[in-house]
Amino acid sequence: MAKLHVSTTINGEPMEFLCEPSDTMLDALRGPLALTGSKEGCASGDCGACSITLDDRLVCSCLMLAVESEGREIRTIEGMAHGDKLHPLQQKFLEVAALQCGICTPGMLVASDALLRQNPRPSEEEVRFWLAGNLCRCTGYDKIVRAVLETAAETREQGTRESRQ
Amino acid sequence: MRYLAPGTLDEAIKAFAAAGSAARILAGGTDLLVQMRSGAVKPGVIVDIKKIAEMTAIEETAGGGFRIGAAVAGAVLGEHPRFGKVWPGVLEAVNLIGSTQVQGRASAGGNLCNGSPAGDSVPAMVAAGAVVTLQGPNGRRELPVEKVPAGPGRTNLLPGEILVSFTLPQRPPGSSDAYLRMIPRTEMDIAVVGVGVSLTLKDGVCTAARVGLGAVAPTVLLVEAAAKALIGSKLDDAALNAAAAACSAACRPIDDKRGTIAYRTKVAGVLLKRTVAIAAKRAGGK
Repeated sequence: MAKLHVSTTINGEPMEFLCEPSDTMLDALRGPLALTGSKEGCASGDCGACSITLDDRLVCSCLMLAVESEGREIRTIEGMAHGDKLHPLQQKFLEVAALQCGICTPGMLVASDALLRQNPRPSEEEVRFWLAGNLCRCTGYDKIVRAVLETAAETREQGTRESRQ
Repeated sequence: MRYLAPGTLDEAIKAFAAAGSAARILAGGTDLLVQMRSGAVKPGVIVDIKKIAEMTAIEETAGGGFRIGAAVAGAVLGEHPRFGKVWPGVLEAVNLIGSTQVQGRASAGGNLCNGSPAGDSVPAMVAAGAVVTLQGPNGRRELPVEKVPAGPGRTNLLPGEILVSFTLPQRPPGSSDAYLRMIPRTEMDIAVVGVGVSLTLKDGVCTAARVGLGAVAPTVLLVEAAAKALIGSKLDDAALNAAAAACSAACRPIDDKRGTIAYRTKVAGVLLKRTVAIAAKRAGGK
């Protein structure tokens, strides 16, 4: 059977790819699109390692069909840093060692970024509930939660400083 | 497998009915894609209903009534400026389905049609008195939400029928609702027991109530005896005990790794009391 042709936008760039109707978005990202930052953990929506945003909404790329991205805006972990400059969350994850093996990290970062866009002042509880769909088997979450809270605080501080200048 | 994303309901029904039992409806896909992956389902045709305006719309009707498209994602419902104020219990139930990521896609329509006795949105929709609109090759019909589940993984939808929307009724002043579930951890698990309560209070007296009970029988239950025990009372201990006993009596649960029959039966009563207390507080009562 003929493959489907899909036109979409990924990290701000127009992209086209071919897929089988049953391919998931994660299959397309890691296959024809060669964006292997999103990881496959469970492939059933439980672990969050494949988290992306679809029109600014956080979703598991393993739980959507690739063809559903037609005409939509996808953002992945590859779109998070600006060239060599890491996103503040990425920088903070490094500083506080909020990762060990790193499989969960792309999903954690994409999910945390989605949280901070929506809620720049989350409580620890809000961070923990928001990230409940992102599983980590190494670090035990404390360092991850701390990284998100510290990034939020520093981003707010920086925002205040910039608005004063 | 073929993928279709029709723009109208008529086209969707034609395609869905033509493909017969090989077809599957795709709303959020958070159940369907897992079933496909595990090999439990091998659809010949997938009909994506999210390009049909009626399926993704949230409309407010007079007096706090709402019409919610079957494919509206939980996160979208949560962002509606009014819905959660009028139906907080339904919203909290819908927003307990899976993780933040799953919320971005999962819909109340899918939760209902998946046919799980433990679906979180279903007891709250039953308590709300929601009516579903179905459309199939032989036209449209409406069905109270509690009539939709037929057993684990099964519904009473006719061949070729698609769930279009939920209609939540108007609410008199002094009405509210709540949903509570018991799970072994604080997030991301399946209900051991789920209780939805919707009620109306007038001068401290409960004038109307509905109780939905999940995860304790092959289908989600409407517990009329529990509602009857609450109506006409001031939600005093005697009424609450009678309603809790009615919930426990309605239970026909299974033993599994999440809870035993005895545990689920007892918790159903305990949870009923807690859920009534929250709904009553929201309704402006005690």
